[in-house]
Amino acid sequence: MLRAVFEPGFFSSSPVHVALAAGGVVALVSGIVGSFAVVRGQSYAGHALADISVTGGSASFLVGVSPLWGFVGVGVLAAGVMDMIGIQRPRGRDLATGVVRGAGLGLAALFLYWDTTHSNVTGATITILFGSLFTVSSTILPAIVALSVAAVAIVAVLYRPLLLSTVAADLAAARGVSVRLVGLACLVAIALAVSLSAMTIGTILSTALLIGPAAIGLRLSRRPGLAMAWSALAGLAATWLGVLLAYDSFYWPPSRHGWPVSFFVVTLIFLGYVAVQTITSRVRRA
Amino acid sequence: MFSGFMTNAWLVGTFVAIVAGVVGFFIVLRGQAFVADAVPQGAFAGAAGASLLGINTLIGVAAAALVGALGIGWLGRRGRRDVATALALVVLLGLGALFLSFSTEYAPEIYALLFGEVLGVSANEVLPIAVLSVASVAAIAALYRPLLLSSVMPELAEARGVRPARVETLFLVVVALATSMTLPVVGALLIFSLMIGPPAAARSVTSKPLPALALSAVIAVVVLWISIASAYQTNWPVGFFVGALGAVCYAAGRGYAALRGRRPARPRAWRGAAEQGVTANVRV
Repeated sequence: MLRAVFEPGFFSSSPVHVALAAGGVVALVSGIVGSFAVVRGQSYAGHALADISVTGGSASFLVGVSPLWGFVGVGVLAAGVMDMIGIQRPRGRDLATGVVRGAGLGLAALFLYWDTTHSNVTGATITILFGSLFTVSSTILPAIVALSVAAVAIVAVLYRPLLLSTVAADLAAARGVSVRLVGLACLVAIALAVSLSAMTIGTILSTALLIGPAAIGLRLSRRPGLAMAWSALAGLAATWLGVLLAYDSFYWPPSRHGWPVSFFVVTLIFLGYVAVQTITSRVRRA
Repeated sequence: MFSGFMTNAWLVGTFVAIVAGVVGFFIVLRGQAFVADAVPQGAFAGAAGASLLGINTLIGVAAAALVGALGIGWLGRRGRRDVATALALVVLLGLGALFLSFSTEYAPEIYALLFGEVLGVSANEVLPIAVLSVASVAAIAALYRPLLLSSVMPELAEARGVRPARVETLFLVVVALATSMTLPVVGALLIFSLMIGPPAAARSVTSKPLPALALSAVIAVVVLWISIASAYQTNWPVGFFVGALGAVCYAAGRGYAALRGRRPARPRAWRGAAEQGVTANVRV
């Protein structure tokens, strides 16, 4: 029975261990930080930051530093730029986000072009954009964990002022909370979370893990702490199940080299969201 | 630069830019930047699927764009709009990744779909793109009044008998249409810069809707022409120039508005124009 679910070698393969560890850490962080992204209406900012961090990834191939610092550095930098040109105002926020994203991706196009023509890194485009958990190297695992802890720490330290300024900005300002500063810190935490996940698991999964589990969590509970816990759990479950399915799919038709992890994780998250939404709306109506 | 195969590039580029400027104007007005960003990116899955099945890329892209646009509309009625958009987007991208892993497409071709390959437009692509662009502009012209009113004053539009959900769906279909023709030229990741940079700049220059719409199309055409010329000269990807110039447009618009001391808000003049139009067209 167990052999039918877990293909032989699943528990002894070291790429699988790294994938489970890196994917798990990233999923937990994205679930927690993503709850704030969804409640604050910054889903688009999260998605854009993931795309922009690709610029850093593609630049890092050129200058020869570790992709990790390229992704994270540019992601955090972009969060600063977005805040500067007025992402905190609801009106015109999407526009400002989109313009930063467009300029960032334009640069990414140029860097990727140089990557493939000058430095002979073929396939860099695909690796950077679609990523694969199975290619994460175990040496960057400590750095991933450290940066993840930093992102969660920002959200934990600012938990109460952040919640207050999200729900009632005026009240927060009256209590002496610097709404702008708290917002910037939150955006930096989002940037950390998505650039880490963009690097380890690709930009697709990064947006999926930031928004999907958070949306599920917020459907399951109205209490913020509990919703965040559900969200982290949902992200973790989808990622690990996705890794398992991708590992199993190695012998599936048609290609016989395995289906992409991103596809499984995204599909699981989407199905989870639709199921939770259908059930909760039934329960609330009854 | 103007001979032989480049004629197609100039011709198609001009069509694409006009449509992007016109459709983008309403995207900016309605604050739907995320949707306009997600639909083209999701449509990329259609291109990957089409290459797997061996059918025309344009058909695959159009199908995926339509599914994406309608999916966003469907999910958005049941939950938060930006969450719906993000979910629809990642599902399509996940499918795209799956199709890519099945197909044996070379990396440069995927790169071209993502970041644009205007110099590679072939002669038999010109006619379908021309037809699609005329259709997109015609659809916007037909929807012009209700679209403007429901963008500027949603409550009034509803009171006047405009159904916001229906206008929304129709508009999303037009966005999908415009997307599927722009994608092979500018690339999935950067269509969007062409759709929001020029309209944002146009809106800060004039507050009258029709001149702003026209100006937006003109700026988009100029941006794409400069981009094509620069891409031809430097051999760099056209998407880079589109993205950079889109940001320049936006910055110039913001600077101009700041100099004149006003924000590109929804000016009063538009309400009058939109109201009159709807009274004439949609009798309650």
